[in-house]
Amino acid sequence: MQNAPTTPSAPRRSLLESLGVDLQLLTMLLALVIVWIGFQIWSEGTFLSPRNLWFLAVQTAVVGIMVGGMVLVIVARQIDLSVGSVLGFTAMIMAVLQSHALSGKGWPWELALLVGLGVGVLIGAFNGYLTAYWGVPAFVVTLAGLLIFRNATFSVSNITISPLDPTFQILGGGNNGSIGGFWTWVFGGIAALLIIWQTLLGRARRQRNGFAVRPVWAEVLVTGITLLIVFGFVKVMNDYPIPGTNPPVPAGISVPVLIAVVVLGFLHWMSRSTRFGRYIYAIGGNPEAALLAGINVKRMLVYIFMLMGFLTALAAAVQAARLNAATPGLGMNLELTVIAGAVIGGTVLSGGSGTILGAALGSLLISSLVNGLGLVGVPTEQQNIYVGIVLLVAVLWNTITNRRKGSR
Amino acid sequence: MTPLIEMKHISLRFGGNQALKDVSVNLYPGEVLGLLGHNGAGKSTLIKVLSGAYQADSGQIFVEGQEVQVKTPQDSQRYGIETIYQNLALADNLDAVANVFLGREKVRGVALDEDTMELEARNVLDRLRIRIPSLRVPVQNMSGGQRQSVAIGRAIYFKAKCLIMDEPTAALGPEETRKVGELIKALKSEGVGIFLISHDLHDVFDLSDRLTVMKNGAVVGTVNTKDVTHDDVLGMIIGGVMPKGVPSADDQAPTA
Ligand SMILES: Nc1ncnc2c1ncn2[C@@H]1O[C@H](COP(=O)(O)OP(=O)(O)OP(=O)(O)O)[C@@H](O)[C@H]1O
Ligand SMILES: [Mg+2]
Repeated sequence: MQNAPTTPSAPRRSLLESLGVDLQLLTMLLALVIVWIGFQIWSEGTFLSPRNLWFLAVQTAVVGIMVGGMVLVIVARQIDLSVGSVLGFTAMIMAVLQSHALSGKGWPWELALLVGLGVGVLIGAFNGYLTAYWGVPAFVVTLAGLLIFRNATFSVSNITISPLDPTFQILGGGNNGSIGGFWTWVFGGIAALLIIWQTLLGRARRQRNGFAVRPVWAEVLVTGITLLIVFGFVKVMNDYPIPGTNPPVPAGISVPVLIAVVVLGFLHWMSRSTRFGRYIYAIGGNPEAALLAGINVKRMLVYIFMLMGFLTALAAAVQAARLNAATPGLGMNLELTVIAGAVIGGTVLSGGSGTILGAALGSLLISSLVNGLGLVGVPTEQQNIYVGIVLLVAVLWNTITNRRKGSR
Repeated sequence: MTPLIEMKHISLRFGGNQALKDVSVNLYPGEVLGLLGHNGAGKSTLIKVLSGAYQADSGQIFVEGQEVQVKTPQDSQRYGIETIYQNLALADNLDAVANVFLGREKVRGVALDEDTMELEARNVLDRLRIRIPSLRVPVQNMSGGQRQSVAIGRAIYFKAKCLIMDEPTAALGPEETRKVGELIKALKSEGVGIFLISHDLHDVFDLSDRLTVMKNGAVVGTVNTKDVTHDDVLGMIIGGVMPKGVPSADDQAPTA
């Protein structure tokens, strides 16, 4: 049988199509830029100062570490309401184990961290097991988890545990908790090289196979903007000096931000370029089809919840280290912020669709709102009104654009 | 000649509904067996037992003479059985390439080898001659026929010994249906055994060597296609009785 032409013809393409970027991501970026400029004006130039942006990054880190996991959970048609309480619980465990306050002699912080991460993974496995193998809706299982683990936190300790091990505190970005100017440039350089290499490699391979590629100008534009964002990030991180240094020593990327960026970068890659990621989306799109294709759907669900548990415990370590304390109320309502970040970033609650990058931007948008509103003196109780409005607008926007694309 | 597939005394009950009652069929290499019956007769249920989607309450399955346990879809794939499901079983949010390879992706190291998969998906879909401008849009944005050809492409890509086609042309236009007919003949000549479920008597008569008719979860009978007329078969489907004077072809290797 002879072959029909294999190269899809490339008729008129819209600007967006030739750019080959996700409309949703573009709108998110645009919204972020607008919010930032708005706050810059409103705060009379404080919002976009290196100092504020540096702290904004740190404030986003905890949610940033968790939000990628939540995207995958939601994409697989599940939900995890327990993450706030699990964060409090695992933070408390790590704090109690390493602190000298309770037992007289604390464990090494590494061991405490490991146990905390292990507990997070176990809780995730339990959530996943009940959901996948016993058919209890994830909403119910993790709602129970929300209640149980908050109380469990109080049972472990109903008082604040502080201080924590000085080395452990580095995870939170406090003293010595930044990687410094040099390593920040190294990080930026590696990221830039990776981006350029991936772009060139992918392009060459597609051309060799006779597939359509972006026009050169579009490739240059998209890659250029991406690189600009990377270097802007590096520059801002280095423009903030370590307090009290004279001449000023650049702080560089703080450890929590580094952890969040690495976690998000990894999850982004995993969700798009590995079987594991592919199966998560397949399960969300059509669980029956995934099953018939030979995917072990139940085991996948357990893994997804375990990943969420791990990320929650990691975020717990960062949060506790940042505060140099674990309080029984740590992480209260945090599940809502994480879910809101994912949803604002375009994740659809009915499953099957959502991106890590979108959710990262969604979380950044939320923390920008909270940070900016705080700067201009809007009281904390009122800030949630704005976050709520943004959530509604984002979901409306996503519904409209999805409908136009003809899906659902 | 050993049958490629034998299903013996298969029974399956959904709650109070006896969907399959002591059903036995067999399929020889290079043969097309037409599976006919009214809606709800149990055709899809029967083939889902073979594809590992359901497990029978009782009965046995043999592949090339060996008894096998088909507990999951993977088991079935391992025995060289590929299935095109009536509802297509596509992940609607994924593109055509991802659907063709779902569960059996090509990887380079740990990363998906997207380019190779796209090339091969394009090749296999070209065999069906259906126009799909881009294989990189979610299949939910494709036409019914395009989706159906993705499901067919998925099943034929993996070089099955036995192909199960549950109403493979229901969404296809006349030209595309003809193409699938040619495909079936080509696969048959390569020695692939095919279960063909269809409500289009014309197509089934044209393509199949033998016909098995089911009614209310039980087999009415199996006949050689060339021994019967449309009316004979309609009588079997509606009346549930073998036509007079037509020999049963329950266990008979194809002659031609
Ligand atoms: N998952 C299920 N749970 C309960 N009952 C089922 C299930 N699948 C099928 N049935 C029942 O089993 C019987 C046989 O259904 P089946 O889908 O096999 O029919 P069919 O012959 O393929 O019909 P059609 O021509 O309409 O596709 C029907 O009565 C149906 O209601
Ligand atoms: Mg059917």
